[in-house]
Amino acid sequence: MSLDRTDVEKIAHLARLAISDDEKDRYAADLSNILNLVEQMNAVDTSTVVPMAHPLHMVQRMRADEPSEQDQRDLFQSIAPATEDGLYLVPKVIE
Amino acid sequence: MHDKTIAELVANLRRGDLTSSDLTRHYLERIERLDPRLNSFISVDMAGAMAAARRADERLRQGEGGPLTGIPIAHKDIFCTMGMRTSCGSRMLDEFIAPYSAAVVERLEQAGVVVLGKTNMDEFAMGSSNETSFYGPVKSPWDARCVPGGSSGGSAAAVAAGLCAAATGTDTGGSIRQPAALCAITGLKPTYGRVSRWGMVAFASSLDQAGPMTRNARDAAILLQVMAGFDARDSTSAHEPVPDYVAGLEADLKGLRIGLPKEYFGEGLDPRIATAVETAVKEYERLGATVVEISLPNSPLSVPTYYVVAPAECSSNLARFDGVRYGHRCEDPRDLEDMYKRSRAEGFGAEVKRRIMIGTYVLSAGYYDAYYLKAQKIRRLISDDFRRAFEQVDLVMGPTSPTTAFPLGDKRDDPVAMYLNDIYTIAANLAGLPAISIPIGTVSGMPVGLQIIGNYFEEGRLLNAAHKLQQLTDWHLAQPPGFE
Repeated sequence: MSLDRTDVEKIAHLARLAISDDEKDRYAADLSNILNLVEQMNAVDTSTVVPMAHPLHMVQRMRADEPSEQDQRDLFQSIAPATEDGLYLVPKVIE
Repeated sequence: MHDKTIAELVANLRRGDLTSSDLTRHYLERIERLDPRLNSFISVDMAGAMAAARRADERLRQGEGGPLTGIPIAHKDIFCTMGMRTSCGSRMLDEFIAPYSAAVVERLEQAGVVVLGKTNMDEFAMGSSNETSFYGPVKSPWDARCVPGGSSGGSAAAVAAGLCAAATGTDTGGSIRQPAALCAITGLKPTYGRVSRWGMVAFASSLDQAGPMTRNARDAAILLQVMAGFDARDSTSAHEPVPDYVAGLEADLKGLRIGLPKEYFGEGLDPRIATAVETAVKEYERLGATVVEISLPNSPLSVPTYYVVAPAECSSNLARFDGVRYGHRCEDPRDLEDMYKRSRAEGFGAEVKRRIMIGTYVLSAGYYDAYYLKAQKIRRLISDDFRRAFEQVDLVMGPTSPTTAFPLGDKRDDPVAMYLNDIYTIAANLAGLPAISIPIGTVSGMPVGLQIIGNYFEEGRLLNAAHKLQQLTDWHLAQPPGFE
């Protein structure tokens, strides 16, 4: 698979990454090389293989839906880029 | 003092021949004097370490203390340490002061360790050379022109250079074992789920595992004893009993069945490394083991498979870095989308961005089946290869890395060449198996590692085999010139 500048722009948008014009060719080349490596997988017929999502055959544990954490909002917000009155500040979303 | 093992230092501290304050001061002095040559630490906590050492001495005077009271160690900067910067080698987290400590950090603290600081690493653990760190590359203590390996390169270099008694690492595709091999130390990646991932910055959650990086197998056993065990806060933590790893070190190896996968000795392997591995395997035969050739037919596909699975999981895990709750935020965003995009573009380095984009692409509509589902199926085939192998043998052995440490800059601009460094280590992560790397000599002055892979939850057998070889040989005692 060979990716071009337009593909790179689309992927970067999906990943929410700003990329400059002069980076696009480089990313297109690098990502294409990685995909060429990855496509060695196609040499194997896997039509009857069950996908493996996880190394241990475990099921997710359940727990009672009860609060298990203390409120540490002040501590957690002390490392936030911008807060006010206990809320996280972001640029205006609705005009 | 710095050439002593943890087992020796614990005995010295208990007897009162040595205080933790003196030991900690000694390591801090070495870090200050020698680390400018290596860049193995991102943060050094002098005041915190000395205070912890004084508390340890007080406990030791009263005859109290845990198994590691007063032992100075370093944490890879991927583990959250409350009140201390946890950068993960990234500009994104350059100013991130962790509001809590990782399970691994807590457990070791309860056992009594003194934390000297946080070690350098590839950004978000993505790399095999430690060159992707925002804080600059780490240099090998064996040759400053060469890489220490990665991603736990700072931990490996610091242990090899005697800047700490031991260090923690994490391994997603070889990040404990490959730098351990390149720096001539012992590095263990436990079974997936053996050690809690809670508080460890996530890279690829179905592969990530924490483990010890030490001077020998006995020290790895001592550390793993403390680190391992169930933790309800990690949703994939294993509910398996933790055996006494130290007690199991001396078990006889007579009758041990060792398998050498023919795929691990083919094209791409430095023939001098193949010879070193053969020499080490002969030592096991002297200890009573039998050796057979085995086949892991799908192992050539482990690198391609990994570079779908790991980026896919990383693109999802790293979506949390949005410039809102913590981490880097760009200046003067025009709107929310601009804030996301520029914060992430400025906060992440090139390799992290490449992997996020590959992961985003393989998970995107229309490509999911061809890449992600295909990779999950081959992951099953790779795992099945090992299941069949362990019906025939107890341990699988081979080289940890196809080459010794390569020069800085050599592969930095060629991601695919860099990825192929992990050709022998990745399969254990895909299958979730435990694996260890131990030093087995040098080639042209640069260290070589032997990788031993075991069956699920058989860390004890790995440590036993590693320890027995270290009783018989002195490869693990080699120290890099200039750091004796």
